[in-house]
Amino acid sequence: MAAIYSLFIINKSGGLIFYKDYGSAGRMDTNDSLRLASLWHSMHAISQQLSPTTGCSGIELLQADTFDLHCFQSLTGTKFFVVCEPGTLHMEALLKVIYELYTDYVLKNPFYEMEMPIRCELFDLNLSQAIQKDRVALLGR
Amino acid sequence: MAPLAPKTGDAVFASIDHVNAELFTLTYGAMVRQLLTDLEEVEEVNKQLDQMYVGYNIGVRLIDEFLAKSNVSRCVDFKETADVIAKVGFKMFLGVTASVTNWDAEGTSFSLVLEDNPLVDFVELPDTFQGLHYCNILSGVIRGALEMVCNVSMKTEVTWVRDMLHGDDAYELRVKLLKQIPEEYPYKDDE
Repeated sequence: MAAIYSLFIINKSGGLIFYKDYGSAGRMDTNDSLRLASLWHSMHAISQQLSPTTGCSGIELLQADTFDLHCFQSLTGTKFFVVCEPGTLHMEALLKVIYELYTDYVLKNPFYEMEMPIRCELFDLNLSQAIQKDRVALLGR
Repeated sequence: MAPLAPKTGDAVFASIDHVNAELFTLTYGAMVRQLLTDLEEVEEVNKQLDQMYVGYNIGVRLIDEFLAKSNVSRCVDFKETADVIAKVGFKMFLGVTASVTNWDAEGTSFSLVLEDNPLVDFVELPDTFQGLHYCNILSGVIRGALEMVCNVSMKTEVTWVRDMLHGDDAYELRVKLLKQIPEEYPYKDDE
């Protein structure tokens, strides 16, 4: 049983650059995932404006009945967010790990164009390993 | 979860993979040499290293790695940015610390002084290339990195004040903040 349902990475302008589906529930086609990413980007931006506290950097966690959405935004504007089972722990740590994998396997790839969709095999490979490790750790508890 | 504490330059430097210093120096040297052969003009090479291609492109990609591995939080002001670049940034990527000096009155311009520079081990500039800023890649990297930070993207101008290859006693980079661009959402785009 997958604790993570899906992973999205959006660039600073709100375009979807990476989408990976892990669960059997909520499978989306490309158009839907693009739409969802833009929607999230806008909501994240609006939340910064609406926040009553100063210096708010946007939504970090969205909790619903059937899922949790954890979002991490780097200081460069790239957003990493994961949709998972309600109550899944350590998603922030996982997002940080994914950010590091992004900086290593995507940004250092000289053929990767900035802000464009990610098509890097090494990134996919290491990402699967990271998610798998996380899943094993989760079951082990 | 509590935010992770920012790591010191030494801690990050110790935790990442290292490459042979000579390999690094010689690779950089080969690249500069090839640029000189291809472009012939010293000024053109200076521009390539900094603005047009090499340095700037490295900078825009390096900033994410820097932020991911060092866990620094958003800098409150430009002074903090300068310290972070000198203590954590330079240490992490070049293994040497720079010092921050010569702040101007408004606090928008500072100097980064490097005593030790791994890029220039074994290098001597011949007379024909005296105008070359051998380490211009560093200017480009700093410029590119600072521009990519979201919300307070900083446009800077980075120039060489002292260069040991030209006979000075240390390497000094002057970083000047031209303007800070707060990221605004283009609400008026469609009008």
